[in-house]
Amino acid sequence: MTTAATVHEGTDSPYALSHLDALESEAVHIFREVAGEFERPVILFSGGKDSIVMLHLALKAFAPAPVPFTLLHVDTGHNFPEVLEYRDRTVAQHGLRLHVASVQEYIDAGKLRERPDGTRNPLQTVPLTEAIQQHRFDAVFGGGRRDEEKARAKERVFSLRDEFSQWDPRRQRPELWQLYNGRHAPGEHVRVFPLSNWTELDVWQYIEREKIELPEIYFAHEREVFKRSGMWLTAGEWGGPKESESVETRLVRYRTVGDMSCTGAVDSDATTLDAVITEIAASRLTERGATRADDKMSEAAMEDRKREGYF
Amino acid sequence: MTTTTGQLSGISATTLLRFATAGSVDDGKSTLVGRLLHDSKSVLTDQLEAVEHASRSRGQETPDLALLTDGLRAEREQGITIDVAYRYFATPRRRFILADTPGHVQYTRNMVTGASTAELAVVLVDARNGVVEQTRRHAAVAALLRVPHVVLAVNKMDLVDYAEPVFAAIAEEFTSYAASLGVPEITAIPISALAGDNVVEPSANMDWYGGPTVLEHLETVPVSHDLTGCHARLPVQYVIRPQTAEHPDYRGYAGQIAAGTFRVGEQVTVLPAGRTSKIAGIDLLGESVDIAWTPQSITLLLEDDIDISRGDLIVPSGDAPATTQDIEATVCHVADQPLTVGQRVLLKHTTRTVKAIVKEIPSRLTLDDLSQHPNPGQLVANDIGQVKVRTAEPLALDSYADSRRTGSFLLIDPADGTTLAAGMAGDSFATSAEVVHEADDEGWDF
Repeated sequence: MTTAATVHEGTDSPYALSHLDALESEAVHIFREVAGEFERPVILFSGGKDSIVMLHLALKAFAPAPVPFTLLHVDTGHNFPEVLEYRDRTVAQHGLRLHVASVQEYIDAGKLRERPDGTRNPLQTVPLTEAIQQHRFDAVFGGGRRDEEKARAKERVFSLRDEFSQWDPRRQRPELWQLYNGRHAPGEHVRVFPLSNWTELDVWQYIEREKIELPEIYFAHEREVFKRSGMWLTAGEWGGPKESESVETRLVRYRTVGDMSCTGAVDSDATTLDAVITEIAASRLTERGATRADDKMSEAAMEDRKREGYF
Repeated sequence: MTTTTGQLSGISATTLLRFATAGSVDDGKSTLVGRLLHDSKSVLTDQLEAVEHASRSRGQETPDLALLTDGLRAEREQGITIDVAYRYFATPRRRFILADTPGHVQYTRNMVTGASTAELAVVLVDARNGVVEQTRRHAAVAALLRVPHVVLAVNKMDLVDYAEPVFAAIAEEFTSYAASLGVPEITAIPISALAGDNVVEPSANMDWYGGPTVLEHLETVPVSHDLTGCHARLPVQYVIRPQTAEHPDYRGYAGQIAAGTFRVGEQVTVLPAGRTSKIAGIDLLGESVDIAWTPQSITLLLEDDIDISRGDLIVPSGDAPATTQDIEATVCHVADQPLTVGQRVLLKHTTRTVKAIVKEIPSRLTLDDLSQHPNPGQLVANDIGQVKVRTAEPLALDSYADSRRTGSFLLIDPADGTTLAAGMAGDSFATSAEVVHEADDEGWDF
């Protein structure tokens, strides 16, 4: 038998964990705390890399037993087909249970109205919060990282939401040691972020180390795209391109995976994990800054949405 | 702007250091943080462009790196960030999580929060002012929280002509004060965060200084300690029982090792019940190992099928802490509502939450001079004081001096779930002679 931890040579003792081992251990601890303290936890799973890593960690945390949580996906109706296919395959492979909250159904039922700009990310909040109430979820895991965006950087690992799913940055509990306080009143829930202390590069290095499969759109491929607000968007039925915008075929990949209407691709020839990691490490732009139109709507777009219950 | 280190080479296996900064804005903390972020390439193009633009419009010739944390200050004006901000950066040698704590006097709870998970604390001092009350307060919090490494960064050396005697006097005064509190390791570094002296690059202005730069020290300080002398502790988080055809009899006790090491074959005791068994196997997230150590998350398999559940503590049979229902501790009060004698609370210790009652608040501590004020009756936000708590069930509690993880606890308001106080069991400071204890030590057996 051997120890699996990477032993660091040099100034540190043989008991020093590599940064990935330390982050993994911390995330697993968070999953197990929630399993031990909550009645009805759920993992928000979109088929994006952060939620994929989150699910991978949950699988490891409870092995050889199954993950004691269900999954929830808020489907905007504008998702990439490759990602939905990946989502369903993963759910089947691990024998998981998936709840889908559909923005399209809300629009069809007249409960939500399509925005003039066609962007559906902000519309996710209502289906998400209603699904949480309907299923009485008391802990909701999200893949958010503190390095992502300045509003996310304020988030606790255990973040209490009121009965309207609202986030109040002024009333957050101090988080001391590894003692997470998950107390909540009936109707309230806690958003839990096991990847809080990870960076984008950590996520990619972990994906490489653990040989985790990803949807293909994370790797460079030829795609029909058009330019809007300085980003390459995928042409599709959701409402692009407009007459003034022209489609061209480019070699691109995605750094994040979200709603098609506001997630931009980046020019890239990175077709392997190694190449992606090299590209990320050398990038001079933040992940969301490069590829998320909805974060750019206003200075506090993310914070405003989070206050309303968005992840 | 040059980049001296890059994320690119951070690809190889590196270790992770969590550290906290302490110091008021005037001491140049935001400039130091800005420089560390900038010179480690953690500031990306768009952010830097914003800083350069803002600096130019203020008539400054070089970018003001303090503006990188300016967003924080603006948020603080809105009342949002009276709190810790976590920042991330990397060098080829190590990754860093920085708990950036506001330095104001009234925010002791924030420094306590930041220091609770820190392996190292950077205390900033303005070279022109030397050791002031605020400095002593920061040193006391670092000592109270048992942060293993403290860096004294004597900043603004450019404003005292880079004079060695100025640095030497401040370093000596701080070191002797911090050592008297029991801070185990102190490294004093003369810097100018604004000019970049000794932050990342060695200073050409201070030939007399032969020590490491701030970043070099952060990169090389040991992140793990000698575990051989530590009491091994595994708080049970969750019992893994698949009950599947493939694993009909698997029963594993999952948890993150809080301290020390565990080996297969070792005789262990489960607290508070006191049952014993032997370690039959250790699963390290899917891999079978024969030894595991803190802070690994593991699953322990025991030879005997004994009753163990969440909240129990597994320890080596020869090295068990005493169990007690009477806890004496130092607490930092972190909530807006006060903590009063007679108050009923919940106490969360490792994975166990029990009912408790505040029996006594023997004293309140003034961090400036470490004086004790007897029987204050209550503690309010940012107060630090001694408390005596009686719990409804016995707890296996270590002294915080022995184990930050199994010696710490939270007090929680059962009515609304608010975290009231951060508790540290046992003596406040490593050299308790410095502190006059007015309370008697009856029932205190650590």
